Amino acid sequence: MLLNQFLILSAVLFSIGVYGVLTRRNGVMVLMSIELILNSVNINLVAFAAFREAIPGEVFALFVIAVAAAEVGVGLAMVLLLYRNRRNIDLAGIDSMKG
Amino acid sequence: MTGFFLSQIQGLDPLTSDEVLVAQNVFFALIALVMILAALKMVTTENIVHAALYLVIVLAGAAGMFILLGAEFVAVTQILVYIGAIIVLFLFGIMLTKGSFGTEEGELRERNRMAVLVAVLIVAVTSGSFIDSFRDAELNRQAPSTTADIGDSIFGQFIIPFEAISVLLLAALIGSVVIARRDQ
Amino acid sequence: MMIIASDPLLSSDIGFSVVAIMLLKVVIAFALLMVSVMLVIWFERKIVADMHNRVGPSLAGPWGILQTLADGIKLFFKEDLLPERADRVVFRLAPYLSLVPAFLSFAIVPIGGDFTNGGDGTVSIFGHRTLLQVADPPVGILLFLALSSIAVYGVMLAGWSSGSKYPLLGSVRASAQMISYEAALGLSMATVFLFSGTLSTSGIVSGQATWNWNLVSTGFIPFIIFVIAGTAELNRPPFDLVEAEQELVGGFHTEYSSIRFALFFLAEFMNMITMSAIAVTLFLGGPNGPILIKQIAWVWPILWFFLKVMAFLFTFVWLRATLPRLRYDQLMDLGWKLLIPASLGWFLLIAALNIGEDRGWSTFLIVPIGLIVLSLAALLLNGAIKKAKDSSLHAADLSEISEGVDQ
Repeated sequence: MLLNQFLILSAVLFSIGVYGVLTRRNGVMVLMSIELILNSVNINLVAFAAFREAIPGEVFALFVIAVAAAEVGVGLAMVLLLYRNRRNIDLAGIDSMKG
Repeated sequence: MTGFFLSQIQGLDPLTSDEVLVAQNVFFALIALVMILAALKMVTTENIVHAALYLVIVLAGAAGMFILLGAEFVAVTQILVYIGAIIVLFLFGIMLTKGSFGTEEGELRERNRMAVLVAVLIVAVTSGSFIDSFRDAELNRQAPSTTADIGDSIFGQFIIPFEAISVLLLAALIGSVVIARRDQ
Repeated sequence: MMIIASDPLLSSDIGFSVVAIMLLKVVIAFALLMVSVMLVIWFERKIVADMHNRVGPSLAGPWGILQTLADGIKLFFKEDLLPERADRVVFRLAPYLSLVPAFLSFAIVPIGGDFTNGGDGTVSIFGHRTLLQVADPPVGILLFLALSSIAVYGVMLAGWSSGSKYPLLGSVRASAQMISYEAALGLSMATVFLFSGTLSTSGIVSGQATWNWNLVSTGFIPFIIFVIAGTAELNRPPFDLVEAEQELVGGFHTEYSSIRFALFFLAEFMNMITMSAIAVTLFLGGPNGPILIKQIAWVWPILWFFLKVMAFLFTFVWLRATLPRLRYDQLMDLGWKLLIPASLGWFLLIAALNIGEDRGWSTFLIVPIGLIVLSLAALLLNGAIKKAKDSSLHAADLSEISEGVDQ
């Protein structure tokens, strides 16, 4: 297996995630697209760990998973709060601070 | 009869390492295809629960990739934490808000063209630089990493990041409780 | 790169006879599980009937033993209903999502093989030495945890896709319950890993040969926590709030009928068997036991394993017939405020003992100090919980008063 096949797969997934973040306006969908991005980073880290036969890449993939868990927890709490205050979670609608 | 059958199948050659490599590449292609299709469906589908399920397919595919790369512990953690906890948390959030959370009506498509452009540019630039720097670097790991190695690494070399992560998780736990609870 | 390691079958070159043995093992495991599910359903109905002073199934076959088959055939030929407001794809997918993990997690359980006197638990089939389990991955028991976390999806999506109120409530309850108890389940397993030093199931079993069971060496507490958390994870009584008939009609599978309902039923009992098998593997020495007659040595481990699993199955049925169902807040309190802190505290105590052994500290000093520290922590936790409960009650009183003023 080539290293590049994993790297390019993760680049494709990353860009799909970016597309999701840019186009979706639903707060939960944006969070899910961010998960996609983090996951493509994980594939990269583990691929390099296999390439260099080193453990740290895998350890950092585990750290990324833990950070993703924390991010989802706080993010979903914020979306819930948004839903409770505005009855929808359209991120484009949060413009009351606009000058 | 069974003896004859057995001698027949035992006479066949065992798999060579080249054949294993071909099998690995076939699996890679299959999983990668499924992952990309599921990711595309995920960012375009209107139904948010379906989007979460497509995300599960992508994450499971990533776990498959980790196994191909010889990182079993990361693969199991991926299933246990990502699929088993994080996505369930998403679904839980979606269901708790009585479905009105679930559908997006009137998705604006005007930013679509720019977003496609950005995504294509990202793929082009990153894969261009990957191909330039790692032309045909082969992965030839001898043995999969063991859980013991990862444990030693986390609790030796990376003990400070590990502690920082645990404090971060605690902070996130308390933070999300404080944000989401109803004010009394 | 060989992933599925530690089974001697796969350490040599992989020829087609090896593939044939693997396929044979898969087919046998599948058939064994299907037949035992059939028998376990009959067993449960018969035992519960005895405890209720009823007769139970008695017409189909001798002692009604074919009752499950008859029920299965009936369900198979029933009309397959699809609710109008259901999400079609997910509704059809959900039963399989709960069935497949139940099957897969049985693959890592060693059901036989001689581990006594330094034996490695392998048996000889067609000139190949192999373990009596379908797969023995190095991450072994973590795979079971991962699969049981996937099992949440079946229940959750079944409830959501039915497009109806009671199934949704049932599935939200179920997912919260299963996630909560998975933490306690994992922590109680972690104590076993401290003793075995490996995650692979065959390694854990051979570490317990013949009488050195983890049940005793981990000090009973993790086993008790495992059984309670396992019962909750299975959604069995007294933790069956998921399908509390009196409150939720039937729970997450209210809208399901015919063969899809049968699949849920199958998955439930299959999970019960798998959970018993895992508990036996982790704490009761798996197939370990005395070899009584040397001529048929391979029979005894399988027999011991079978008897231990039967004891567990009987306990699950017994719990169902005797204990009343918990209230939902009691369930959550038990999981989060008792089982998780207790398993974590016990884990720390055992870890301290292990470290102390390495460093040559006196055991007589560590145990009292550890117990004192743990009980102080328990007191602190208890005080914090009580304080939080008081203040929230107080706040609730205040808000009621202010609401009254508003009206």
